[in-house]
Amino acid sequence: MGRNQLNLTLPAFGAPQIRLLEKLSNAQAVSGDEGEVRKIVLENIRPNVDEARIDALGNVLAIKRGSANTRVKVMIAAHMDEVGLMLTSEEDKEEGYYRFEVIGGIDPRVLAGKRVKFAHQDKFGVIGSKPIHLTSADERKNLLGIDSLRIDCASANNKIKVGERATFATEFMRTGDQLRGKALDDRLGVAILIELLKHPFPHLDILAAFTVQEEVGLRGAQVAAYALDPQVALVLDCTPAYDLPLEVEDPDHPIENARYNTKLRKGPAIYLADRETLSDPRWIAHLVQTAETMHIPYQFRQPGGGGTDAGSIHLQRSGIPSISVSTPARYIHTPAAIASFTDWKNTFHLVYSALNRLNADVFNQER
Amino acid sequence: MNTSEINSILKQLTSVPALSGYESRLHETLNTLWKPYLDEISISRVGSYHALRLGQASQPRPRLLLTAHMDTIGLMVSGIQDGFLRLTEIGGIDARLLPGQLVTVHGKQLIPAVIVQPPPFLLPKEYQSNPVPLQYLWADCGLSAEKVNQQIHIGDIVTFDQPFIELDNDLVSSPGLDNRASLTAITVCIQELAQRQPLWDSWFVASVQEEETQVGALTSAFQIQPNLAIVVDVTFANGPGSPPHKTFPLGKGITLGWGATVHPYLYQSFKDLADQLEIPYKPEPMPRRSGTDADSLQTVAHGIPTMVIGIPLRYMHSAVEIISLKDIQRTARLLTEFIARLEVDYLDKIKWDETN
Repeated sequence: MGRNQLNLTLPAFGAPQIRLLEKLSNAQAVSGDEGEVRKIVLENIRPNVDEARIDALGNVLAIKRGSANTRVKVMIAAHMDEVGLMLTSEEDKEEGYYRFEVIGGIDPRVLAGKRVKFAHQDKFGVIGSKPIHLTSADERKNLLGIDSLRIDCASANNKIKVGERATFATEFMRTGDQLRGKALDDRLGVAILIELLKHPFPHLDILAAFTVQEEVGLRGAQVAAYALDPQVALVLDCTPAYDLPLEVEDPDHPIENARYNTKLRKGPAIYLADRETLSDPRWIAHLVQTAETMHIPYQFRQPGGGGTDAGSIHLQRSGIPSISVSTPARYIHTPAAIASFTDWKNTFHLVYSALNRLNADVFNQER
Repeated sequence: MNTSEINSILKQLTSVPALSGYESRLHETLNTLWKPYLDEISISRVGSYHALRLGQASQPRPRLLLTAHMDTIGLMVSGIQDGFLRLTEIGGIDARLLPGQLVTVHGKQLIPAVIVQPPPFLLPKEYQSNPVPLQYLWADCGLSAEKVNQQIHIGDIVTFDQPFIELDNDLVSSPGLDNRASLTAITVCIQELAQRQPLWDSWFVASVQEEETQVGALTSAFQIQPNLAIVVDVTFANGPGSPPHKTFPLGKGITLGWGATVHPYLYQSFKDLADQLEIPYKPEPMPRRSGTDADSLQTVAHGIPTMVIGIPLRYMHSAVEIISLKDIQRTARLLTEFIARLEVDYLDKIKWDETN
């Protein structure tokens, strides 16, 4: 079937979506405290769905029913939470020094020298270290670990208390094709899911889950999948692009970086297998056929480690055929991730087209 | 001048990135802040900014030099591979602070980028879970290799991209407070001296390349041949991870340098004046060198009696430097009063005990 035979026009995706992403990326929603993103999600989806509710863990569960007589119940999930920091102990109230822990997978080597912003208040802290002038060359070989670092608020402040969450203080920025922000993982997915809900899919019941606590063990998705009880599920996430040059010791014998996971600007990443999930082969085939029919670039995420909400969704109830599609981004879980607008747009178009083509037959064949 | 006015001067001065060797982009800002209050402006051969306020005494008048360096630390593009940039430092930078740091690459246009640490499997074994040296870090502009090659070249400078912010208690945080804080103190001093009639000729100098070779202070001192010199620079404030015995409390007062670089008579004059004005200070022992422009300047030509004043700065040479506006205010006041009260025969009093 060629593009014309499918007779599908791809919806516009540009400046309004980038504005939404900016708002989402700058919002602060560390795992367990997803309220700021939840609010933006609810504001944006309410006019477009049949029902929307907040469950016991804080997931936003929304249903948009199709008009056809027989419909496939498809769950689409994107996690609202992001990695961050929490103040765990007050070290010097007058000076404003606090010990902290990380929430989610943050390499401690990206912490020192960064500015952080406390959630729900316009207050900043910094994570500093001993000036280079007062350190020896040997000392600088040592890791600046979390135990040796403090969040420094520089003064006593009654609003800042143990238990406060903070994120890196990075403002969203778009230049050319580049999208840069602190929480592209997974606001890229959240924004696509918000966008999908604007479009009718007569033959589908779209069961949207904006999940909580993905970064601390795929916990929100577990109860969301139980409640929504879908036939199949698709997860929209953000996956690392490790497409950096390899350190070449011998310039005459360069080796290729064969562990890139995904590559930026090579299209949406379709999952085959990660540590948590083996993607349903019918989903894989359906997405690949869709991409090729619609001439949308795509890539396979290299099978291996990592995990998405699909990890807990596919195990729910009597089993849910699941797959993940991610927008690749470099440096997720650091102060600033970089993604490609084109990849992001293509991710939306791929999933939009795949849902348009989806019917019960796709999953009626044996896997 | 109150701290909110000082805040706006400091904000203006930190908003212009001017790395060592690239200071001329600050000249325009200094024209705005200094020129209206001064009699003569010139730029030295190496780019230092010279400004003269003529004194009231009859000729030949003694000359005072008040200087702070205007350059800041930063980075420079040293290599380009597949659209990724290798960097080298300008001034002393602890590479452990760099992964995740937002920067601006000064290519054909200003290009935002982020400094990144490659994933462990791309690194030599010894750095997979240890701090990654600068030679293995990259800056990523998020552009295709082709665009990077068009826009960016080896030698382009790279500056920290982190906006100035105000914290509580008259504290502020920004990259480049070393040494724009001291330049701010001198700016305030210049503006306040407009209401006063100092007897001496006062030369105000924003010097270049302190973070590298100190060529600015060295050559300006030679050109101006001052009878006295005062160097203002930041010093180490206390902070998590910093040893208390080598640092000074933030926002609790300034430091007066004491050691071989500082002339003992000048030190005593500043100490007496600070006591009289009730400006809190601590003596800052400088057992060998001062680590400031004073080290170069002191030995210019026949030698110059030199004083060093320090403003405590937390996390020096990072993108999260923190300083107190009150300490800048105190520094400015001490400088203003010293210059305004300088007697025409002050030099005659600078004698070594043995010759008295």
